[in-house]
Amino acid sequence: MLELHEIETFYGDSQALFGVSIAVAAGEAVALLGRNGMGKTTTVRSIIGVRAPRRGTVRIAGQDVTGWPSHRIARLGVGLVPEGREIFPTLTVRENLLVTARTRGAGAWTLDRVFDLFPRLSQRAGQFGNRLSGGEQQMLAIGRALMINPDLLVLDEATEGLAPLVRAEIWAVLAQLKAERLAILVIDKDVHALAQLVDRHYVIEKGRIVWSGQSDALLADIELLHTRLGV
Amino acid sequence: MADALSGASGRLRLSVGAGGAILLALPWILVALDEPFFIGVCVRFLAYGLAAAALDLILGYGGLVSFGQAAFFGIGAYTAGVMIHHATDGSVLLAWPIAIGGSTHALLVLPLAALVAAALAAGIGVISLRTGGVYFIMITLAFAQMVYFIVLSFPQYGGTDGLMLMARNAAPGLDLADETTLYYVSLVALAAFLWFGRRLARSRFGMVLRGARENERRMRALGFAIVRYRLAAFVISGAVTGLAGALLANQSGFVSPDLLSWQRSGEIMVMVVLGGMGTLFGPVLGAVALLLLEEVLQGWTEHWMLILGPLLLGVVLFTRGGLWGALSGERAGDG
Repeated sequence: MLELHEIETFYGDSQALFGVSIAVAAGEAVALLGRNGMGKTTTVRSIIGVRAPRRGTVRIAGQDVTGWPSHRIARLGVGLVPEGREIFPTLTVRENLLVTARTRGAGAWTLDRVFDLFPRLSQRAGQFGNRLSGGEQQMLAIGRALMINPDLLVLDEATEGLAPLVRAEIWAVLAQLKAERLAILVIDKDVHALAQLVDRHYVIEKGRIVWSGQSDALLADIELLHTRLGV
Repeated sequence: MADALSGASGRLRLSVGAGGAILLALPWILVALDEPFFIGVCVRFLAYGLAAAALDLILGYGGLVSFGQAAFFGIGAYTAGVMIHHATDGSVLLAWPIAIGGSTHALLVLPLAALVAAALAAGIGVISLRTGGVYFIMITLAFAQMVYFIVLSFPQYGGTDGLMLMARNAAPGLDLADETTLYYVSLVALAAFLWFGRRLARSRFGMVLRGARENERRMRALGFAIVRYRLAAFVISGAVTGLAGALLANQSGFVSPDLLSWQRSGEIMVMVVLGGMGTLFGPVLGAVALLLLEEVLQGWTEHWMLILGPLLLGVVLFTRGGLWGALSGERAGDG
């Protein structure tokens, strides 16, 4: 579904990613781990076309999308839940969801399905985005990404700054989405919650992938957790 | 109008209903008061209200600070003026490759004014919408100034002196020489745009415009080619502003480069801010309030701008959502 091959991304003359390679197969959930400032968000930006890599390739659904504008990449079925949620504050909850609604075949995500997934959003359908709590905004950001009917869901800092109960709700929803065979690339700092959810992990440090493997191996590697992830 | 007000508060419905009723009855009231002259003044209010509402579509909903609206306003007025001028003096507008004369037919001239303004807006928009922020303001202003000087360079249409119009537009059963008929035609045009604009703002198209105003990058990452949406809104705004200009040309019987000046663009923008951005109704109220204030204050003193300036400042500083926000409770972002 997603394949990054040796991508190198820059901010001006400053190189942020050094030959990053990541793959997410259809129906697979993958985590990208790392401390702050190591290149996780830059990797996401490179995937969605906001910061095109100077070298290397980004392939989505088999197509080389390197250098494509972000709106074309989104139309290939990439739903992004951005860091900071970035919901539209002066659009209502309903409008935030409907604006991205795109039908892509059977089993499509609809307003009703998103409201079934997040009943709290249905209760606040007429409220403006800036009137929601942080947890509700995160639910809305996930719902908005689902309304694209994505084949790949990318979540940047999925549960950052949320209360424990809300975080548990978000993790439960992501598990449900994974069970529905949606490909997921998730960035978060909660290694133990991620280990329950995803199939594989990548650890990024100073713009390079320094480790990849499965949850059991990650949790067993105390030194990796301590030195590279600060757990 | 009911569809365009779905979900609106009782106060908003009351404000729209009362405003609509007053506008509908106004010619009869003025005739009853033996002041038919003021029907023409009210046509001016409606034309400027239409231009201000059209600017609000891109400014209030789209966040696009266009400082070139006078170009569309003036070009609409000149389209009507030039067509009427050639029709009344029997000269041809275009001699080659085919001879085209003028016309006073309302159903030809008014849509043509909107069409010419739309084409101009498309040309300006394609270039200027690739920029943003202060660059967009400056480039729209620069284009408007170009149009201003191009119009000045046609001596056959009066140059700096402008062009007197010897007739008004007419159609079977619709003679705009009658002030009341022109008033109701203008009112229908305004009501139709307000209905259409409010529907548009609530449609997916409007959601994309409003969302891009808040966060353009996010909207692009959700799959929208923002420039296309903004260009469509810019063209609609230009077309409606052109129509407003043509209605004003009919009312005043005169067109001049003053209609295309940057001061006119500023005046239309003040109407939007004064009335309340992102509501469409607000700018109409802003246009009426500004023009009324100008009329009244000019009667009092030649230094009327000294009074108008602080008044405008007071409204902007102390009323959230402009005059319309204070009256109806509706503010930008209320959908």
